Formats: sequence, structure tokens, C-alpha cells
Amino acid sequence: MTDFANEKLTRRSLLTAIGLAGGTAAMYDAMLSMGYAANSDFTGPITLQGNAKGASVVILGAGIAGMVAAYEMRKAGYKVKILEFNNRPGGRNWSLHAGDSYTDIGGTTQKVDFAPGQYFNPGPWRLPYHHQGILHYCKMLNVPLESFVMYNNAALVHSANAFGGKPKRFREVAADYEGHISELLAKATSQNKLDDQLDKDEKDGLLQMLKSWGALDKNYEYRKGDQSSDFRGYDVPPGGGLQAGPVPSDIMPRKELFNSSLWNALYFPKQWDFQGQLFQPKGGMGEIGKAFGKLLNGVIQYDCKVTNIRQDETGVTVTYINSKTGGAPKTEKADWCVNTIPVSVLSQIPMNVGPKMRAAIDSLPYLPAVKVGLQFKRRFWEEDDHIYGGNTYTDQPIFNISYPSHGFFEKGPAVLLGAYIYRSGMRVYNFEALSAKEQIEAALEQGSKIHPQYRAEFMNGVAVAWHRVPWTLGCSGLWNDALREKHYADMCAVDNRIVLAGEHCSHLMAWQEGSVLSALDAITRLHKRVMSA
Amino acid sequence: MKTRTLLFATALSLIATGAMAQANRNQFPQLGGEALYKGICQDCHMPDGRGAEGAGHYPALAKNPKLAEPGYSISVVTQGLKSMPAFGGALSDQQIADVVNYIRSGHFGNTYKDTVKPEDVKNAR
Repeated sequence: MTDFANEKLTRRSLLTAIGLAGGTAAMYDAMLSMGYAANSDFTGPITLQGNAKGASVVILGAGIAGMVAAYEMRKAGYKVKILEFNNRPGGRNWSLHAGDSYTDIGGTTQKVDFAPGQYFNPGPWRLPYHHQGILHYCKMLNVPLESFVMYNNAALVHSANAFGGKPKRFREVAADYEGHISELLAKATSQNKLDDQLDKDEKDGLLQMLKSWGALDKNYEYRKGDQSSDFRGYDVPPGGGLQAGPVPSDIMPRKELFNSSLWNALYFPKQWDFQGQLFQPKGGMGEIGKAFGKLLNGVIQYDCKVTNIRQDETGVTVTYINSKTGGAPKTEKADWCVNTIPVSVLSQIPMNVGPKMRAAIDSLPYLPAVKVGLQFKRRFWEEDDHIYGGNTYTDQPIFNISYPSHGFFEKGPAVLLGAYIYRSGMRVYNFEALSAKEQIEAALEQGSKIHPQYRAEFMNGVAVAWHRVPWTLGCSGLWNDALREKHYADMCAVDNRIVLAGEHCSHLMAWQEGSVLSALDAITRLHKRVMSA
Repeated sequence: MKTRTLLFATALSLIATGAMAQANRNQFPQLGGEALYKGICQDCHMPDGRGAEGAGHYPALAKNPKLAEPGYSISVVTQGLKSMPAFGGALSDQQIADVVNYIRSGHFGNTYKDTVKPEDVKNAR
């Protein structure tokens, strides 16, 4: 940390010197080239250099992007005001607790009947350690973080079409894939089939590695025994006193394993976003939004449905009505506008921007996604199955079951994530099209195939289908390479007095870090324009 | 970042096309207008086709004068429109014709007589 602080001080001194010598614009160009305002990596909290002299900015949306923008711009001397559709801060940063209710765009209201202290995150739920932007704001806001268990060797991998539909432990799947692959590769190596590619030293090194990594026996074979069971677990684990000694477990036959799709799940612990360490705020992801809302007390005006955004040479005028009661339109005027409204919604709001930004806004579809939270009478996954946090994956539509990373060993009801469906092809739309009640039933039905305790222990549940969330009409911007190539730069560009921000203006689709980085980048560029205006 | 996004997308598509995937997950399995409407469209346009309103809205299909022109419905389903995703790649000509006919002729108070044929969809792609 000391080095980091020193580095920043050095940079700041240099920037001040450049500012004195070359004027504001030169300083900003230097900042951009030095990475202060880089749009892909958080390198530390930003400082908007130069006095905004009370210039005003209206920010649309009190989600993470809007609140980051408001906080940083207020600090730089701007007069800030946020208009927010909901009656709470956070946007998609959102947790449902006991006593809360949620009404979807179709008018279906679900009451959250969880036990005190239990919650469900319909939106973001995990913070990778390298998302230093959002983590910075958690620290700044004193939001306590705890470990989020992403990968648990005792969690399950399930395919309806493999091993009679019986779920396997992650450790068994990983060990058996690695064991069988190691044996095959060791055979090919020892039988000199790779001699055109490996010299003798390489072959020796590879064989040693495979023996250890793949849990092979002295004959370089992956067989039932202590080596394999040390990785995949024992049928009867080692005991004490006069108890039976350890009994090794059967390994999954190679053919059946290789013909299955269980390998799909092994991708998660390898991927950078999910490798860990990961974190979650204590008490729910929504704690970040709540804390930010408190910090910006008085800045955020709730229950505002924006109906028109108009800019001219003198400023920006935003027209809005009460999102609950309608009524007479009101206006908010400011010199500048940071607009974080998801473009699924923004595409329907009249706003006079150039044709390029308009085309970008009108071109981005939103990701379908469903999450189901299920409350059970007890933590049977811990008590019966010894699964403490982590994720189970299945090739059924529910895709992902996640066990709570908090409250281990507690007695009484607990909530798990019973379905998280986002990109398993078109069936996400089919799942979204079910009613909330049907989604909960589907989560129970499919989850029962993995945990037979489901039906007996179930208490209640909540389902959130993101295309039916009234204020986002979808989960996140669904960029593909062609769309990004054509529209991304125009989406992010400052259009006179208006700049867009949010995860849809980032390369981190659906991540809060994208919202943070987008907001910091957008306000840095907007501020540059203000300073040179 | 570009490379990372590509990697991410590739990995996800691998998952989506797992070796044991029962059917092509990038195609809707539903057949017939009713099954397609209930399996896809009602998510946003609602079971009774009345649409919905929040910060933005989903247009009603009931009594929507834009449905008078069959080519418009085909185009919106196939190519998408603003927040409406393009479903052309995930539905066959027959499926699109079926769901457009379901919406325009006989449901939600719509009684247009000029039904759509799969060839119309093919020509509009």
C-alpha cells in the first residue's frame, strides 16, 4: 500500500507541474496517457483536477454508476442531483430481505417471507478480488465484506444424462478427468508416441508431473486406491481407534465420463472472474447501494420516471413524472448530464443526441436472466451433504445452485440460490416466460433431482426474471463483437452535454465493476469538456 | 479487454453447446403459435397481450394498429427492435409464421385475415 500511495503522490506532483506549464487541456491529455483515466483498469480513486466552479450536473439513475458519478463530481465542486425511478438507491445492486416485496412489470407482487437475517440477491452477488473499483468504494463506504465461496470441491456437478442422473462431487469429477487424461498421456509418452515432439528430459518431466497431478499409481495408471481417493475422496474415510481403515472409492469409468458433459462445470474455477478470492457484502449485495445512498443523502430524488431529455447550448432539461402516481411533469435543469439509464429503457425516452449515439442506444438488446431464491427449513446441504458454500452446476435449465457463503452451521431456515439462468441458449427465454410461481416450481422440481431433501424442507421462494424488472427491462447490455465494433465507441462518446454510463458502457458486461469503470471514465471525459468549455 | 471478452464469450458458448446438449440450445424447441407465444413472447408482452409499463414499456399486442401490416410483425420478430431482441436466428420460418399468425389472427382481439406463410418470412430475412 505504501508503494501504491507513493506512486500516486509522484504522479500527482507531475500532473500539477504539467498543469502549471501547459494548461488544463494538456494536463488532461497527460492524465489519459498516464492511465489515470484508463477505461479498463482501476488504478486508484480519480481526482477531477480543476475547479468546476459550481457547474451543475443532473445524473439519471441512482445505481452504482450514477452514485459513483455523483460522489466524484460533488467532490470536484459540481452541484449534483440524481433522479431515480425507484424509491431506493442501488438499482440492480439489490437484495431482498424478510418483509420486502417486489412487483414486476406485469403487476405480479411477491412478498418476501424469509426468516430475519436471510436474504436473496436478484442481481449481482459476488465481487472478484481484481474488481478493485467496486472494492474501493466498498472500503470507502465501510461496507463490511466477507468471503464468497465460488468453488467448493464438495459441491455437485449434475447431468440428467450421465451416471443415471446421480450428481457427482466436484472433487470426483475433477480428479477423474485429470486422472484419466494423465493416464492416457502417460501411456502415449511411455510408448514413444510423442517422440517427435518431446525429448527425453521433457518426457521424464512430463511423466513425473502426470503421476502427481493425475494421482497415478506406480505403473502410471489411474486406478482405485489411495492415490486416487486422496483426490476424489474415500468410500469410508480414515477413522480413529478401532474403526475400519479407509476404504478407497470407485473411480468413474473413462468412457462414461468422457461421454458426459460434466466437464462443463470445470470451466468455472479456472476462469479469471471466478478463480477467487471473491467477496460479498455482509447482509447482502444491496448494502453497497444503501451505504452509497446514505452518503448521497439529499442528492437523490426518488420515484422519478424520466420522460424527456433535451439539451441545447445553455444546458440540459430533464422532464420527469412521479413513477408511482404519474401527475404533472416536472423538470430538472443542469449544465451537464450523466445518463445511466439502461438503454433498454433509454431507447424509449426522447433525447436529442446525434444519430450515432441514437443508433447505438437503439441497437443493444438486453440479456435475459432469471434468479430464484429458495428458503428451506434447515441447511440440509450442510447437515446432510457437508457442502458449505460454493456452487453446484447442472445441465437442467436451472443451471446453477449456490449455497450461502454466510451463516455456516446456523440452525433454522436458510436461503439458497435455486436457479441462475443467463446464457444457456434460448431456454433462458423459455424460463423467463414462466410466471414467478412456475419458476419457483421449476427450480424445486429440477433441484430435487440433485437434492432429494428439497420438497420436504421447502418453505418459500422468490423469483426474479430480469426482462420483467420494471426499471431495467433486462439484465445487462448484450453486446457481441459485431455490435461492439459498430456502436460501442458512439455509445460511450460525450454528446455535447450528455454522457452515458453504466455496465452497458463497459467491457465488463453485467458486472458492477463495469459500472464503476464506466462512470469514472465518463465523468473524466465530461469534466475535461467542462474545463475546456 | 477485447481479447478477454472474446475468451469469455467463447467459454460461454462452449457451455451452451456442451457435448451432451439434448438439442441445439440456440433454437427454440416450441412448435405452434400458442406454444411459441407462451414460451417466449408472454415474458414481456404478458399472457393476455396487453403489454406492460415501467420505466419503459412493452407494447401491447392487443389492439396495436402496427400489427395491420404483417411484414412489420415479421420484421420485429426476426430482426428485433430497440430492446426487443432479434429472434430470427433462433426460430425457423415456420415458427415465425406460426407465432405471427397466433398474435395477429384470433388472439388478443386481433382478427386480421391475411395470414403469413413461411415463404413470407423467408423472403423477409
